[in-house]
Amino acid sequence: MAKVLSEKFYAEMKKLEPRYPTKVALLLPALHQAQEEFGWLPPEAMDEVGVYIGIHPAQVREVASFYTMYNLKPVGKYHLKICTNVACCLRGADELVEHCEKKLGIRCGETTLDKKFTLAEEECLGACGTAPAMMLNDDYHENLSALKLDQLLDGLR
Amino acid sequence: MSETTLYIQHFNEESRPLDYYLSKMNGYVAAKKALSMQQDDIINEVKKSNLRGRGGAGFPTGMKWGFIPKQSTKPKYLVCNADESEPGTFKDRDIMRYTPHLLIEGMVIGGYAIGSSIGYIYIRGEYTREAKLLQAAIDEAYAKGYLGKNILGSGFNFDLTVHRGAGAYICGEETALLNSLEGKRGEPRVKPPFPAQSGAFAGPTIVNNVETLADVPFIINQGGEWFAKLGKLEKSGGTRLISISGHVKKPGVYELPAGGATIRQLIYDYCGGILNDRKLKAVIPGGSSAPVLTADEIDVIYDIEPLMKIGTMMGSAAIMVVSEDYCVVKLIKRITKFYAHESCGQCTPCREGCKWMEDILHRIEDGHGRDQDLTMLLDIADNINGKTLCALGDAAAGPVTSFVKKFRADFEAHIRGGKCPSA
Ligand SMILES: Cc1cc2nc3c(=O)[nH]c(=O)nc-3n(C[C@H](O)[C@H](O)[C@H](O)COP(=O)(O)O)c2cc1C
Ligand code: FES
Repeated sequence: MAKVLSEKFYAEMKKLEPRYPTKVALLLPALHQAQEEFGWLPPEAMDEVGVYIGIHPAQVREVASFYTMYNLKPVGKYHLKICTNVACCLRGADELVEHCEKKLGIRCGETTLDKKFTLAEEECLGACGTAPAMMLNDDYHENLSALKLDQLLDGLR
Repeated sequence: MSETTLYIQHFNEESRPLDYYLSKMNGYVAAKKALSMQQDDIINEVKKSNLRGRGGAGFPTGMKWGFIPKQSTKPKYLVCNADESEPGTFKDRDIMRYTPHLLIEGMVIGGYAIGSSIGYIYIRGEYTREAKLLQAAIDEAYAKGYLGKNILGSGFNFDLTVHRGAGAYICGEETALLNSLEGKRGEPRVKPPFPAQSGAFAGPTIVNNVETLADVPFIINQGGEWFAKLGKLEKSGGTRLISISGHVKKPGVYELPAGGATIRQLIYDYCGGILNDRKLKAVIPGGSSAPVLTADEIDVIYDIEPLMKIGTMMGSAAIMVVSEDYCVVKLIKRITKFYAHESCGQCTPCREGCKWMEDILHRIEDGHGRDQDLTMLLDIADNINGKTLCALGDAAAGPVTSFVKKFRADFEAHIRGGKCPSA
């Protein structure tokens, strides 16, 4: 099996190994690190994580599929995750989602044809005091409005 | 409002560095003191403080620490629950990004008190920035000898690792969290055994919320009795960080003495009242898992027992305020969709029941509700409540029951009118 994960991946894991009494405990950190390299978790990467940890590929998938942050399919360059939980809805999150769907021409869960944008609904992000909130890749954007969102998106195009 | 506050005055970007913590917040003075105390004396001090867990259940922290079996030769673990996933809650984020050393110092003291040399901070995956800030603070602490080997010359070792979750509400439940930490699916465990007997990696383990652990240095510095007296009610010590969101003029994190105000005061005096001066419709008082309150029920003192007495809960101290122009049917549908999505699927009543409740609420909101739907909702909720491994089931059932009972007219109007009356 040709290796797909980088030297950096193995270096990061080496650093973490002494921090845990079992190797399986490295599974979530390893999947995060692998996703950082590809933007999602390609099957070959998950298989290699399994080999590194010493578990069956099915066990890797069983865990990866439990958590929403692991992308089991490729996502766009910009992954928009708009919170639509209670506090954000009370502050207009639904309208924001609608606005984004129109602007990008896709529905939630979809990616634009040019692979630039993926739009998703997210559960509470822990930013309810500055609602509505969303994540753009790893970063939070809070106190959003349609105008602010437009400025943000237009800057990315 | 000249009450003592411990945190809020430090909640800004300038407070983060170790220098600030050392010079302005008595940084690591409590750790030094604690490391020269007997372990039991620390636990007793925490017992005296009336500190109750800030994660949701309000369990007395000193008592919990006392459950760790001393004679056990297995490695013991101290795990900080920084999952902060209860909708409406955003206070732990401020502790981690503004005063991370408070949490680190609290964990050093907690670790020493329970005889653990290994700590983890399980932080929700979305908090990438906070995880980086925490890691930077941990690196500072290691460099200065507040973490690692022979801390402050005491002979006590403590290693602390930030462990990121990956998006799953259920991982806030402590045994699901431990499974997740071990590299498994975040499914809650059968209890007993409780974590204090067999927790992380089968070792005796204490799981505490971020705020709970961050309170500890204050208790050691000023004494348990002092901390207990900060609280206005008999059984609750210290201050509470309250997350307030929704239709208020000034949402945000507020800090008050435990039991220091009623919900009405919090909304109207602290948060400046309802957005656009509309009328109040509903208050969700303890994160989305808490049964709802009507506008007539808000003269209750905001603390654990008073809220329990009126059939709801303080949970993670997150208040969501809803004004009269928002449809409560839509609201409870959204809440229920969340629980249906987040149910880990182990227990049939929760896995199936949450989905059914979501479907029924969906059709009521859409105007296709049937006469028997409300009875059916209450019935399903009743069949979930108390019949699951963890409290997620109760968290889904309680809100549905309370919304249907307290806002029945709104549901009936949807069913009879065939649409949302305000649409
Ligand atoms: C479904 C569910 C979600 C929970 N989420 C959290 C959470 O995000 N943060 C937290 O500290 N406690 C959460 N808890 C409570 C924990 O199980 C546990 O009681 C708490 O971490 C103990 O810490 P404490 O005693 O310091 O409060 C949750 C409980 C349940 C049932
Ligand atoms: S509800 Fe959107 S961040 Fe909490």
